Amino acid sequence: MSILEKRTQIATEDIVYRSRPIIASIIIIGGLIGLVAAIGLSVSFGAADIDIGTVWSAIVQYNDELTSHQIIKEIRLPRVLGAALVGACFAVSGSIMQGMTRNPLADSGLLGLNAGSAFMLAICFAFFPGMPYMYIIFFSFLGAALGAGLVFGIGSLSRGGLKPVRLVLAGAAVSALLIALSEGIAIYYRISQDLAFWYAGGVSGTKWENLEIVAPWVVVAFVGAMFFSKSITIISLGEEIAIGLGQRTKKIKFFLAIIVLVLAGIAVSVVGAVGFVGLIIPHITRFLVGHDYRWIIPCSAILGGLLVVLADFAARMANPPLETPIGALIALLGVPFFLYLARKGGEGI
Amino acid sequence: MIPNKYVSEYQQRRNKKNISIIFVVILLIISMLIISMNTGYIRLSPKELFETFFGMGTERQSLILFEFRLPRIVLSILVGMALAVSGCILQGISRNALADPGILGINAGAGLGVVLFISFFPSTTETPVFLLPFIAFLGSGITAVLIYLLSYKKGEGISPVRLLLTGIAIAAGISAAMIVLTLKLDSETYQFVAVWLAGSIWGSNWKFVLSLLPWILILIPFVIAKARVINTLNLGDVRATGLGLAVEKERILLLGAAVALAGAGVSVSGGIGFVGLVAPHMARQLVGARHQFVILASAMMGGLLLLVADTIGRVILQPSEIPAGIVVAIIGAPYFLYLLVKSKA
Repeated sequence: MSILEKRTQIATEDIVYRSRPIIASIIIIGGLIGLVAAIGLSVSFGAADIDIGTVWSAIVQYNDELTSHQIIKEIRLPRVLGAALVGACFAVSGSIMQGMTRNPLADSGLLGLNAGSAFMLAICFAFFPGMPYMYIIFFSFLGAALGAGLVFGIGSLSRGGLKPVRLVLAGAAVSALLIALSEGIAIYYRISQDLAFWYAGGVSGTKWENLEIVAPWVVVAFVGAMFFSKSITIISLGEEIAIGLGQRTKKIKFFLAIIVLVLAGIAVSVVGAVGFVGLIIPHITRFLVGHDYRWIIPCSAILGGLLVVLADFAARMANPPLETPIGALIALLGVPFFLYLARKGGEGI
Repeated sequence: MIPNKYVSEYQQRRNKKNISIIFVVILLIISMLIISMNTGYIRLSPKELFETFFGMGTERQSLILFEFRLPRIVLSILVGMALAVSGCILQGISRNALADPGILGINAGAGLGVVLFISFFPSTTETPVFLLPFIAFLGSGITAVLIYLLSYKKGEGISPVRLLLTGIAIAAGISAAMIVLTLKLDSETYQFVAVWLAGSIWGSNWKFVLSLLPWILILIPFVIAKARVINTLNLGDVRATGLGLAVEKERILLLGAAVALAGAGVSVSGGIGFVGLVAPHMARQLVGARHQFVILASAMMGGLLLLVADTIGRVILQPSEIPAGIVVAIIGAPYFLYLLVKSKA
């Protein structure tokens, strides 16, 4: 048996050993129940409290003469669903990125997505003030695509191809460049504070028509992520092992990059840079369910959705009628937990 | 096995080459210094510059040169050196190519200190601006200690991975606190904070230079003397211990040096993180991986980079200025990407 084969065997056995399907199933079922409960909670509380019964009747038999039904259907429900969707997008894209680059620090900020979107936002705010929300989101997505395109383009231009370390470095450099440009624009046109507020994150503006445009893409990307989940597990073992196991890593990485772009790009442009979700949820999920991406991806989607729904709820309730930036709240929740994981997990995470 | 003779011959050639590379960078710094001295809102011709420099210029010329331009130039070189060496240490001992002073929460801590200070003393009252560097240094020091304590584990000490993860978590928490605080500021004050956070060599005078100089003069030679230790740590904990290194003790010493350098730099410059990330990479591309040369080369590259950036930021949009931190990223990032594309390993 060659060394590579032996290593591969040990690694795969290790993965099987470290994967915990029962806990994962519990998380999926429990998480879904929790998510529904959180959505119900979030929909019924707010500036005007509405009891759960009314929420239920607003969903099953909508009556547009009742104000409470209108509030639920037109304002709260799209917002809460948007929060769940965004959280799931961030978490799944973070999982894929961490698996693919084998870097525990990878998140949507890493591949230039956040920076690209911030750059486009700065341009929109500086040169086209008063642009409609829908256009802003669209340009923000274009920006995210531009950032990711630059990172992947430069990463694969280099001799020796797209290596994880190189991708990470290219991401850091492109992000620094784009953020510097947007800071420059912001300082020169004195729009730093507007930009910071947008960027701090919030799902308050989400409407049904936004969700309708975004949802199909997200669904397709999720399905794609599940389809490739086994390959991600193998790639996360290392490039050589993956090739040794017959994976066409280049092709797979290309598709994964597109999935990440769609998910994270949409999330960033809808909500702003709440990137911390994409960083911590994958760690938490791996800590709970092990290293098999067939379980990590669905679990992280549910946990991510749950986290952002709760954070959005807290953002509305913390200091009404003002909204606290959701990014700040998520950091508040996430930091202690992440610290705990960093202590407990050590090198493993 | 390659015979010893060839290795040392190769190394001698490499050493010679490295020395000449560092020499070239020093020449570049000097020429940039001269260019920087005679550009600005009021232009000084090379002849005037020469005369003023040797005390034969008009009073106005010497005021511009000695009180405005020169301290700022010297300061930007020193800050660049401090941040670059700090990044170099961190990348060396954490074995992570992305480590920079920002990872130890130094930028975030300094930023939070400044934002807190400004929220209590808004720009409308007479803000004691000269206190800002102290506040920033204090903020970065407290944050670094906090991160160290949180990533310390009894019996195991500090693992680099845990240090990085803790640093990122703390920095994220601090940024969150900063967002909440800054959104309450009025837009004039926010503008000041934004410029500070972007990183600019702002309140330059000789006092700042003097406050930064001891750190540089003591710590950079100290780090260079420890170059072999960094080389060994770079092999990984297990091998370093096997080679007889007191890993934990050396790491704490070096981390302390990195924190002090970056904290001192950031306190006068604001959040210029990118220098600490790119300068060591550029240096390694130029002189190879041995830290005996990398540290010195990083210091030189950092100084050069920030001097060029500050000069460009000063002149390009006269009479307003672009913060040096922004210019560093705009010129540093493409070069960094070029190196990345070109490099084989």
